[in-house]
Amino acid sequence: MNAHLYISGITSSAIAVPALRLLLIVVAFWIVLGLAGLVRPCSLRVVAHLLFPLGAAGCLSVALVAGVFLAANRMSEVMILPLGLPSLPFHLRLDTLSAFFLLLLGIAGTGISTFAAGYFRSGVGTAPALLCLQYHVFLASMAIVILADDAYLFMVAWETMALSSYFLVTSQHRIPEIRRAGFLYLLMAHLGAICILLCFGVMQGGSWQFTFDAMRGASLTPFWASAAFLLALVGFGAKAGLVPMHAWLPEAHPAAPSPVSAMMSGIMLKTAVYGMLRISFDLLHVRFWQWGALMLAMGLFSALYGAIFAAVQTDMKRLLAYSSIENIGIIFTGIGLALLFETCHLPLFAALALSAALIHSLNHSLFKSLLFLATGSVLHATNQRSLGKLGGLIRRMPWVATLALVGTLAIAGLPPLNGFVSEWLLLQSFLFTPQLPHAFLNMLVPLGAAALALIVALSAYVMVKFYGVIFLGQPREASLGHAHDANWLERLGLGWLAFGCIAIGIQPQIVLRAAGAVTGRVLGGAAVSLRSSIWTIVPIAPGQASYSGLILLLGIVGVVGITFVLVRFLAHGRMRRTDPWDCGYPWQTPRMQDTAEGLGQPIRHMFGAFFRMERELPSPSDVNPRYRIHIEDRLWRALYLPMARGVQRLADMAGLLQGGRLAIYLLYSFLTLIVLLVFVL
Amino acid sequence: MWQFGEVALAIAIAPLFMGWISQCRAWMQNRSAPPLTQSYRMLRKLFHKDAAVATDASLLFRGTPYVLFGTMVLAAAIIPSLATDLPFARAADAIALIGLFATARVFLSLAAMDIGTAFGTMGARREMMIGFLAEPALLMVLFNAFLLYGSTSLPNLVNEYAARHTVIDPSVIFAAVAFVMVLLAENARIPIDNPGTHLELTMIHEAMLLEYSARHLALVEWASSLKLFNYACIGFALFLPWGIATHGADGGVPLLAAVAALVAKLTVAGAALALIESLSAKLRIFRAPEYLAMAFLLAVLGLLVHLLLGANINA
Repeated sequence: MNAHLYISGITSSAIAVPALRLLLIVVAFWIVLGLAGLVRPCSLRVVAHLLFPLGAAGCLSVALVAGVFLAANRMSEVMILPLGLPSLPFHLRLDTLSAFFLLLLGIAGTGISTFAAGYFRSGVGTAPALLCLQYHVFLASMAIVILADDAYLFMVAWETMALSSYFLVTSQHRIPEIRRAGFLYLLMAHLGAICILLCFGVMQGGSWQFTFDAMRGASLTPFWASAAFLLALVGFGAKAGLVPMHAWLPEAHPAAPSPVSAMMSGIMLKTAVYGMLRISFDLLHVRFWQWGALMLAMGLFSALYGAIFAAVQTDMKRLLAYSSIENIGIIFTGIGLALLFETCHLPLFAALALSAALIHSLNHSLFKSLLFLATGSVLHATNQRSLGKLGGLIRRMPWVATLALVGTLAIAGLPPLNGFVSEWLLLQSFLFTPQLPHAFLNMLVPLGAAALALIVALSAYVMVKFYGVIFLGQPREASLGHAHDANWLERLGLGWLAFGCIAIGIQPQIVLRAAGAVTGRVLGGAAVSLRSSIWTIVPIAPGQASYSGLILLLGIVGVVGITFVLVRFLAHGRMRRTDPWDCGYPWQTPRMQDTAEGLGQPIRHMFGAFFRMERELPSPSDVNPRYRIHIEDRLWRALYLPMARGVQRLADMAGLLQGGRLAIYLLYSFLTLIVLLVFVL
Repeated sequence: MWQFGEVALAIAIAPLFMGWISQCRAWMQNRSAPPLTQSYRMLRKLFHKDAAVATDASLLFRGTPYVLFGTMVLAAAIIPSLATDLPFARAADAIALIGLFATARVFLSLAAMDIGTAFGTMGARREMMIGFLAEPALLMVLFNAFLLYGSTSLPNLVNEYAARHTVIDPSVIFAAVAFVMVLLAENARIPIDNPGTHLELTMIHEAMLLEYSARHLALVEWASSLKLFNYACIGFALFLPWGIATHGADGGVPLLAAVAALVAKLTVAGAALALIESLSAKLRIFRAPEYLAMAFLLAVLGLLVHLLLGANINA
């Protein structure tokens, strides 16, 4: 099956097999894989060594097909499947925008599925076969979300995605916190889904046609168009984790098994980005600069919020979850900026900002998956998620540590890796904001660049904390001495993602061209100029700015090599191992290292307004001094709990109707009948 | 070829610049000054010692000095200190240069955390904190330059400046002050950090180097001096680009003139830095945010002055 797919993937360019059909075959293949596991529900061997690798091959073929489609910049393909309800067939469409996100899904999915093949252990939580089914349904539904061309199929796939991921999140359902996190996730997913549904309802514009084609043609008044945009922003923002709809993210991501966290953070959040792009750039035919400004502001705020909260976390997966909020914020900043430029008739700069957002989506799917998977390996090796009980793993788990270092440097936005490329492109597009033809925007928006610089530098701080506390220093617990490195399948999955980070970092031209195929379609021909060779990328004009990850990498490696050889030849390479010096202090214990709390301290000090802190400080006379700090999201009490209380009150009021006696219910029926009769007569 | 000459000059001259600053400082503080070659002697001594490395140190710890040195040398190849015709300059504009410096900073911080001593991690935390406070200010400075000359690529900025011979825009003054403040913070100078301190608890940069010895320490120190040199050269390219051999003027004479101009500028800048450092006291670490926020606000002020005065933006 797999070999067949692969061959047909290659011949597709030769005999022009529709790419859409190939993609659907892969989707069907995933479903079959998921069901196949049910034949031997408790056999980990079948699931791990056969089904997940085959799923990874499916991902790889999706990436190949989407990549070929983008490279050839083909015209969009449509297809109508006679499935679903009688008069509502499934409409599917593959264009460059969906191909880009399928490419993302394929590339990240390949690494995650390969890792998952080595990750799941038997006897923990849900049976392996069931996990395999949920996992592949999740993958398939995300692909369908991206391919859907009518609101009906979109919503079906969207809900399938939410439900399958809910079951995956709660795979260890015996733990109460995980059930609670899963419930919160399900709730937020559905609040978002309602908004999206309403958004589609607005966008059909009275025609009652729910295909995307009809929506493109619908003419909406500015008011209704803005209503649709806002609904989409709330709906997709809730899925993406945009502040203030982010509360589920730091709960659900840590609860899920690591490959699932990686999948959710790396790919699922991007389906929300896709939905937002589809609606604001494709389906809605009018756009206003206020939308862009709103999105920009929300994006920057989310990014800052995520970065600040990530810096004070003490649980490694929560830290990464907050970092996802930050990255989603950066992506939305890019989209907002693109909207702003586009509505002000500066399509070239819009293309630049949009390319930055697209490439950052792809980058984030690579490095965030990589880091989530690495935490999975750490979790397996140590059974610890708390940063306060880790440390020194670079010596016990050299493979994971090395590959995670690539991800860490990439997510910290450092050249020559991929994270820097997209952030650099976004900063470049910020440079043109003084040209916006609005008196205040052209002064305010440039400050966004400073905010972005702060965010990127903060994320470097967060990542130094993440990597330093887990992998460097002394082990904070004695049990860490038994930690073992990841198995070969896990290493392969991590290696694939790390390779992606490096490859995009030094050859961003490839993804820039792919993003150009997207921006060319959605912005009416505008794309980032590719006057760039294999060496450098040039966003607007060569005289303005250029960047080359390849030269930087080669330069650093070259100088390091030469320096090393020179030092060896001209001086010497003698070295002896001793105890650490530590200013001559004779006692050294792991507890004297800076802790995760300690690394969060400057942030708590500076950005205190963001947190709700409860501190318990020891008094000087305490025999057993204890320092405890509890940090909470301010929005939780300011927004979520009042809303929950309001809903509870409403429900209580509705509960008054339920007397529990049959006679009362009969009375209700009777009254209803009478009211209806009044209307009819 | 000149590219390599420039890099070689940078590598050679950077410790001298450091030595010049300490000499000036010593004079101003009425101490007898060390000779100018003191930095070289130090390096020579360190290279000949046996390296003592902690038992638990990983490859990251031992590799970081080389990476630091590599990034700083590469940065020196990108910054137009003598001439603007640099083949490497296309690899990174000024924003990417900030990124390159950030790479060095992250590596050093990670290396400082590697052994797990109390001072190392403390230094790493503080260094990263200064880093994320300084970067917005630095970016706003570059934004100013971009608004003036329509480029973030340093050689193009210098060329553009040479081609125009305009009067100095008022926004430049704000940006220049902000830049000097960031330079002091990023290079571990007073008032943020004291390079000559022996008090571990007040250290930032030095605390991260405590575990390094011999050739590793030598490379880190050399990289630090190169970083200061690079920052100074970025400053010259942004605010004092006189004398840099511009496009098409890279014969022998302009380059010799450029070397002379560079030496003159470094001499003055070194003395000025020493003066600033002698006149100011080290700030408490908690005051660092205020200091860098001021730098940021100055740069923003420059930006607003530029936009409000409505100077021509030719991007």
